[in-house]
Amino acid sequence: MLKIKNIHAGVENKSILNGINLEVKPGEVHAIMGPNGSGKSTLASVLAGREDFEVTEGSVEFLGKDLLAMKPEDRAREGIFLAFQYPIEIPGVSTVNFMKTALNKIREYRGQDALDAVSFLTLMKEKIKLVEIDQSLLSRSLNEDFSGGEKKRNEIFQMAMLEPKLAILDETDSGLDIDALRIVANGVNKLRTKDNATIVVTHYQRLLDYIVPDYVHVLYQGKIVKSGTKELAMELEEKGYDWIKSEMEVA
Amino acid sequence: MSKDNQVLEEFSSKEYEHGWSIDLESDSAPKGLSEEIVRFISLKKNEPEWLLEWRLKAFRHWLTMKEPKWPNVKYPPIDYQDIIYYSAPKQKVQPKNLSEVDPELIETFKKLGISLTEQKRLTGVAVDAVIDSISVATTFKEKLGELGIIFCSFSEAVREHPDLVKKYLGTVVPSNDNYYAALNSAVFSDGSFCYIPKGVRCPMELSTYFRINAANTGQFERTLIIAEEGSYVSYLEGCTAPMRDENQLHAAVVELYAMKSAEIKYSTVQNWYPGDKDGKGGIYNFVTKRGICAGDYSKISWTQVETGAAITWKYPSCILKGDYSNGEFYSVAVTNNYQQADTGTKMIHIGKHTRSRIVSKGISIGKSQNSYRGQVHILKRAENARNFSQCDSLLMGDQCGAHTFPYIDVENKSAHVEHEATTSKIGEDQIFYCLQRGIDEEAAIALIVNGYAKEVLKQLPMEFAVEAQKLLALTLEGSVG
Repeated sequence: MLKIKNIHAGVENKSILNGINLEVKPGEVHAIMGPNGSGKSTLASVLAGREDFEVTEGSVEFLGKDLLAMKPEDRAREGIFLAFQYPIEIPGVSTVNFMKTALNKIREYRGQDALDAVSFLTLMKEKIKLVEIDQSLLSRSLNEDFSGGEKKRNEIFQMAMLEPKLAILDETDSGLDIDALRIVANGVNKLRTKDNATIVVTHYQRLLDYIVPDYVHVLYQGKIVKSGTKELAMELEEKGYDWIKSEMEVA
Repeated sequence: MSKDNQVLEEFSSKEYEHGWSIDLESDSAPKGLSEEIVRFISLKKNEPEWLLEWRLKAFRHWLTMKEPKWPNVKYPPIDYQDIIYYSAPKQKVQPKNLSEVDPELIETFKKLGISLTEQKRLTGVAVDAVIDSISVATTFKEKLGELGIIFCSFSEAVREHPDLVKKYLGTVVPSNDNYYAALNSAVFSDGSFCYIPKGVRCPMELSTYFRINAANTGQFERTLIIAEEGSYVSYLEGCTAPMRDENQLHAAVVELYAMKSAEIKYSTVQNWYPGDKDGKGGIYNFVTKRGICAGDYSKISWTQVETGAAITWKYPSCILKGDYSNGEFYSVAVTNNYQQADTGTKMIHIGKHTRSRIVSKGISIGKSQNSYRGQVHILKRAENARNFSQCDSLLMGDQCGAHTFPYIDVENKSAHVEHEATTSKIGEDQIFYCLQRGIDEEAAIALIVNGYAKEVLKQLPMEFAVEAQKLLALTLEGSVG
């Protein structure tokens, strides 16, 4: 589904990613871990097409297409979803309105008719149940005066609505208490199918107790320095990132 | 150049969608303005002597006045002698119903998306349509008539209800009020008249569409709305003008009169031709709108969505004379390319316990200049007056300007006056968030701007709110990134 080959990227002369290689297949969950500043969020942003980052080398193939050549909105329409670490406020625009606009833009791109109000509401009701979100939240201004937990839950609701092929969760666990974490993780798990894939970007292992990854990759100084299964995450939790750092220095 | 600016440029390059014109044989006055022209207009309209005198008095006063220079707008001097002050579409017989109306006019309405027959059938909105200064069709009159509501063209009101017109004309906006009001008083061609009797709640939105048509024709509309004790009316005014290279002058006057416990809600969606992207052409919109809450507990609410005109000079105001009376002003003003807007309101608190609320949302794009100018005046006897003002500006790109000129005069210590102001830009983060959900930049900006203006848009009647949203999107098109 996703083939990242030797990606180098950075901002103005400062390189952040220094040759990332990663392949994600349908049905898989990959966790990307690493200390602060290792490039985790940059990788997520590069995949989503944020312009702040310049890709200087390498290629990304998504469902057989050249991802890096696509505009950010087309990447979304092709099925890439980024759950933001810091979801953005849009005053006066409700989640309902936002999702209706987004969904119909995506449908238009795929040559489908726009959903009428009734079908949209039916779909929304179904997804509300799935991710356990308070309906009243959805008619409020998007992310405005939302608590940290509400913002993240709203991201997962949007993910449920848009049914992406590849979801990238960028530090979705940050700022969540344990109950909110469980609800968010449950939502993500329910959305898993054999056809879609998830990349979970996180600093801590605890999210991975709920969203169990097939693979864990450790990012350090813009490179994947270690890959393994979920046991690697446990080991990291136990030994801390200094373990990776010292190992790298030895090498 | 940042990405923002690029898209702004692309956005702004789209042409005016309503830019077409129809061929109506005009029965026009010769160019220029003189006592003779004033007499010509009055004669054309078979007006009574008193109205001619009223016009002439206004004209003579106008001669002594000077164009106001204080607005924050710039334009080449207007040659008032180079304007045609009267033109009427030719019609052989006075139409009794829509089928007798010139099909070309009907075609015009269809292009505007306001086919009268459709509107009549589907929405229950009575439309008094004005093309080039003459009312051509007034619908629903009979139904309204049963309730004693008068809704007709100004000319008809002069003929059929002279006492009412004579009693109220110029009582809210005197003929010597300002330069443009005086000009309008001298040469006004037609407009709308509305009278709601005591205790009657008007069962439908009353709606007028204005449209400037013949080239080089100034349009001078006059609207007078009288709401008797305990009555209610919601009035909608919408305008579009076809594309012209010459600048066209529009100097309208609107007067609202609310008696005890009466309520008038006046909504405007204005998209006069703003000129092209180089600032050529466009309407000069110099309008005087004012309402008086004459009786206790009365209320006047102005809502405006201003997206058009090369220059806008407009301050819908409320004189809060009655005790416990209430004035509101909700405004969205969008300027793009070289448009200039100087708009706002005046809230004059005279009565005790009077309240006013001002919500102004300016949006500046391209090389445009957008100014809010507002006055809150609490007079000495206005015990316990309250005002709340919120003035927000949204800037897109780095070549436009937003300005705020709030004037607050308080002569009574018991007054509470609050003023809040914000200036913001559409953030790249907001745009990216939308892009990542599959919403392209243009749609994202329309979405964000509609959200920003929501507090005002929600004041509009439903059908109008939808149209206003479309217009906002249309104005933003070719403008943003």
